[in-house]
Amino acid sequence: MASSSSSEGEGRRAWVPLASRPEFAGVTPLPQDDGPSPVVAIAYRDDFRETMDYFRSLYSSRELSPRSLLLTSLAISVNPANYTVWHFRRQVLEALGADWTEELGFTEGVAKRNAKNYQLWHHRRWVAEKLGPDAASRELEFTRKIFCLDAKNYHAWSHRQWVLQALGGWEDELDYCAQLLEEDVFNNSAWNQRYFVITKSPSLGGLNAMRDSEVDYAIEAIHANPENESPWRYLRGLYNDENEAWLNDSRVHSACLRVLKAKRNFKFALSTLLDLLGLGFKPNQEIKDAITSLRTSDLGEAGSDSDLANSICSILGLEDPMRANYWTWRKQQASSSS
Amino acid sequence: MEPPPPPPPPPSGTTVTQRDQWRVEQEVGRIYSFFAQLPPAAQSFALEVQRDNHIEYLTRGLRGLAPSFGSLDASRPWICYWIIHSLALLGEPIDAELEDSVIDFLSRCQDPSGGYGGGPGQLPHLATTYAAVNSLITLGGSRSLSSINRDKVHNFLRQMKQPSGGFRMHDGGEIDVRACYTAISVASTLNILDDELAEKVGDFILSCQTYEGGIAGEPGSEAHGGYTFCGLATMILINEADRLDLSRLIDWVVFRQGVECGFQGRVNKLVDGCYSFWQGGACALLQKLHPFGLSEGGEDESTDSIDSSLYAASNVSEQEEQENNLESASPQVDGTCQFKQGGPQSASCSINTGNASYNFLERRAEGGSLFNSSALQQYILLCSQLPEGGFRDKPGKFRDLYHTCYCLSGLTVCQYGRSKHADSPPLPWDVVGPYSNLLEPIHPLHNVVLSKYQEANEFFAG
Repeated sequence: MASSSSSEGEGRRAWVPLASRPEFAGVTPLPQDDGPSPVVAIAYRDDFRETMDYFRSLYSSRELSPRSLLLTSLAISVNPANYTVWHFRRQVLEALGADWTEELGFTEGVAKRNAKNYQLWHHRRWVAEKLGPDAASRELEFTRKIFCLDAKNYHAWSHRQWVLQALGGWEDELDYCAQLLEEDVFNNSAWNQRYFVITKSPSLGGLNAMRDSEVDYAIEAIHANPENESPWRYLRGLYNDENEAWLNDSRVHSACLRVLKAKRNFKFALSTLLDLLGLGFKPNQEIKDAITSLRTSDLGEAGSDSDLANSICSILGLEDPMRANYWTWRKQQASSSS
Repeated sequence: MEPPPPPPPPPSGTTVTQRDQWRVEQEVGRIYSFFAQLPPAAQSFALEVQRDNHIEYLTRGLRGLAPSFGSLDASRPWICYWIIHSLALLGEPIDAELEDSVIDFLSRCQDPSGGYGGGPGQLPHLATTYAAVNSLITLGGSRSLSSINRDKVHNFLRQMKQPSGGFRMHDGGEIDVRACYTAISVASTLNILDDELAEKVGDFILSCQTYEGGIAGEPGSEAHGGYTFCGLATMILINEADRLDLSRLIDWVVFRQGVECGFQGRVNKLVDGCYSFWQGGACALLQKLHPFGLSEGGEDESTDSIDSSLYAASNVSEQEEQENNLESASPQVDGTCQFKQGGPQSASCSINTGNASYNFLERRAEGGSLFNSSALQQYILLCSQLPEGGFRDKPGKFRDLYHTCYCLSGLTVCQYGRSKHADSPPLPWDVVGPYSNLLEPIHPLHNVVLSKYQEANEFFAG
């Protein structure tokens, strides 16, 4: 289960019982009401139990004070996933007129120990919103640091997108995506971010303005690694519902053809052609030949499929056995629509 | 199975993604090769669901947990659900005294103003409300079901409802697809789903379907297995599944099953046993939504998927953030109209809350599994299952209750994937390993055992 032993270890070493701290004098600890026969009862360590007993006490009296703030810090250190504690902390911060920049520092300390936690990121967003556009560069830098450790951290990406939309800082974002993709072209989160930027950035003109150059970018990535699903999905996404444009971009057909001719890692190329055929694409003879040659040379007799979509499904059914059922279904769809 | 020594270092000149993937393929491949050379009797044993050990592991957790579970102190109804649902899938009853204790404990998590928190005295939260309600439904019986204050749950759901159509997880909390799913699933099972709750939820979910085809947690984010299940189930429950681009959704989800035989959560991420349910469950929903009509023979890949695919190995992947565990759900859809109409549908139509989820069950799943069911069962049984009890994300990881719940949930989805009716017993070849591996069937929209769902459906019908 989510192990927190290391952070707990630190807490334990530093632990001074709250009962002996002067700032908590007069607080009566409030034990958890687990009933006479609790289930999923956690064998809390002493510091955990005492911290939460004190927290419950101040929380139940809604004491919005500096010592309540301190206590939420302690409670977050024993369990950063306790949303009630974070919620109370926000109430205390509001009441005390907090230093929001200092609060960002607090969340950074929490993130160091566990960067995958809904509460932390939700809180960070709330604080950054208080600071407004001035916080943008720090937030972008903060997420950038997180991505150095885990370039696919889902929470951090959501946060970064929120920052860009709410606070700004779009200027270097496309370059940042390019940099991440240069480091790891299989990083699908970076592809997703790139899509976000080209469709949402106020300075780039939107998808229609960006499509042309992005198609080239995606196709280059495809040729470097035709087995990489990310640029294939990105390429399709560039056309979204614009089927006419998708059908008529010869660069897409050429890219598929080139991958087919190499006769390796052609699963996504075939799948793309199947998609195009379903929309009414009329392939030239060269593409037809390339598909046919895959069938006969590598796969023997794949059957007596008369039309191209059928052939593609047959080839994929053999080349991609994990999805044999799916390709069978696609074949049935193709034949029922033709 | 004791797989041999550590794998050689990955090839140079590759990216982080490729190296991580390579290690997992090595590890998984070693497990499958080892399996392939076992004599038949040993193979059969290796594929067996180790019921007694799972039950022992689960029951122990229900009674008490080690100090390290402090990190789940705000998720205790979830722990209840993972355990109780897993036991129910295994067909193992819980003794009456312990059952009473669970009901009593969850009642202490129920907020006086409605909804359930992560523990006694904690703020009510949609995810723990879902977990508590599903736990109580799974226990069944009038004492358990009547312990839920439906009117107050309804109030809580209304308070979490946002003008945009989405829901907040809790007062001042995050707005995302999980929140929509947990709110709508709970409303559906408790028969309190009304137009007000359903209003514009579909708009929100729709805005989260990405260019890749899957569904993200928030608009703009990356398509993800957990959110895809949640989003799809929600759309079915409010009768708006046809607003999604289902073809692109299907294409995205079937591509998430990889050479390891299990599912990954996102493109170019590592396999993880919990997605057996999130992605496999989404496939099961899609099979019912869509007339696949796979003909005989198009399906089923027997054991050679095991040999064909793998090389490799190991693990490392995302840690099991308890929070990442979105939930599963069951949709309520009015089977008579759900898949037909194409265009955007106004949420203002009255929702037939009494029967929508129930009617979904009546839909026949024609043909077969959209995904490779036997391959997935192999991954779950050989790579995720620990013979000493419990399931894990992938080889090299520790077992945990979350993965135990969602690996078992994925397994039942596989086993019943070709059954025409939700509760008709699968044919022997649909169950990998001995037929005694057969688990209880679930309602795939809510991920509760089917018979328990039916009991609750009757109980709350009035």
